[in-house]
Amino acid sequence: MRKLLNTLFITTSNVYLTLKGETVVVSQEEDVLGRIPLHNLEAICTFGYAGASPMLMHACAEKNVSLTFLNAHGKFLARVIGESKGNVVLRKTQYRISDSEIASAKIARNFIFAKVANQKWILERATRDNPLRIDVPAFKQVSERLLEDLKKILACEDLELLRGLEGQAASAYFGLFDQMILQQKEAFYFKTRNRRPPTDNINALLSFIYTLLAKDVSAALETVGLDAYVGFLHRDRPGRASLALDVMEELRGVIADRFVLKVINKKMLDEKDFIRKEDGAVLLTDEGRKKFLQAWQERKQETLTHPFLKEKINWGLVPHAQAMLLARHLRGDLEEYPPFLWK
Amino acid sequence: MLILVTYDVVTKTAAGRKRLRKVAKECENYGVRVQNSVFECVVDATQFKQLKLRLVNLIDETEDSLRFYQLGNNYKSKVEHIGAKETIEVEDVLIL
Repeated sequence: MRKLLNTLFITTSNVYLTLKGETVVVSQEEDVLGRIPLHNLEAICTFGYAGASPMLMHACAEKNVSLTFLNAHGKFLARVIGESKGNVVLRKTQYRISDSEIASAKIARNFIFAKVANQKWILERATRDNPLRIDVPAFKQVSERLLEDLKKILACEDLELLRGLEGQAASAYFGLFDQMILQQKEAFYFKTRNRRPPTDNINALLSFIYTLLAKDVSAALETVGLDAYVGFLHRDRPGRASLALDVMEELRGVIADRFVLKVINKKMLDEKDFIRKEDGAVLLTDEGRKKFLQAWQERKQETLTHPFLKEKINWGLVPHAQAMLLARHLRGDLEEYPPFLWK
Repeated sequence: MLILVTYDVVTKTAAGRKRLRKVAKECENYGVRVQNSVFECVVDATQFKQLKLRLVNLIDETEDSLRFYQLGNNYKSKVEHIGAKETIEVEDVLIL
């Protein structure tokens, strides 16, 4: 497995990025804030309306550094991608499968299976670790329900039905999410999932982390030569990276949700890191966003043994590992797509 | 791994000053300038070979000198900084 390189986050809004030689120069008006050689970077992620020079975009596309622009609130604006690399045969296989509902459902089933299995594991782990602070019977009950759902998902060959099963499982899981928040209960509570815009602190964090994860997954899929915009479970829609969303399903709970819970339960963020706008939208402050990104970056450096590859990798490389396995499946080297089942 | 590159290029002549600029520029492509003629480069073995080759081709071996210090992968405990000129560590969290 390759080495996970660093991500450069730009959170100051009036900063401009240029290329000098093979180095990214971060400058604010006349001052140079930093120079980072491109070969040390995996991705550049900018917030606010900072710009980047076309030469830098060129270099990033060429060297496979993902360059993403998000607005100040973390909403995705654009991503720079270069010439389509990789294998045209692989992409055509992907399109053919995507065009067939039946073939799509076979792969989509594995995404959803892993998503629900991972959610079940999160609930079981909460029951094991904090039996005195949560409603154990309720957790047990939902866990058993999810087990039933898993059996149904495994036998399901219809996309519409699959979406229904996923939705039911997700609402059962999110019904218990609030109980897994153990600290700072007055500032952090979870009622339902809401977005565009998120209207409470937890939803703001979830939306933000999902955006960051989607960006990583998209980049990983592009790296192995797949088209991030053509999905199996998520249908085509202009501007939506459907395949990235597909692959992300299995990672949402185990990577993103758990990370958000950790940040709150370990008190890495508090009430002061959020602002509420007049329209009810909740945003992270600049300071809060920095702390959150810092924690996320550290989390990505932690290692795990990949459950399928049995190889030690960084958490940040999990999207790459899954993208690679998906490509292998589409090429016919693997009988089935092995989703990320974390234990 | 971390490589520390230091150099001395004689700048008495115009040709020497030109070499100095070229050496500095090449080092900037690979690492971070920590002091005037001192660069810290986080590179892999191939990149190190490339860097070395390029620098050797730039200098005049009768007058200038180059030194490479290999600090390995666990270099964090081996480097200490005191005083002004805080530098960027390319493997740390990068938020600007």
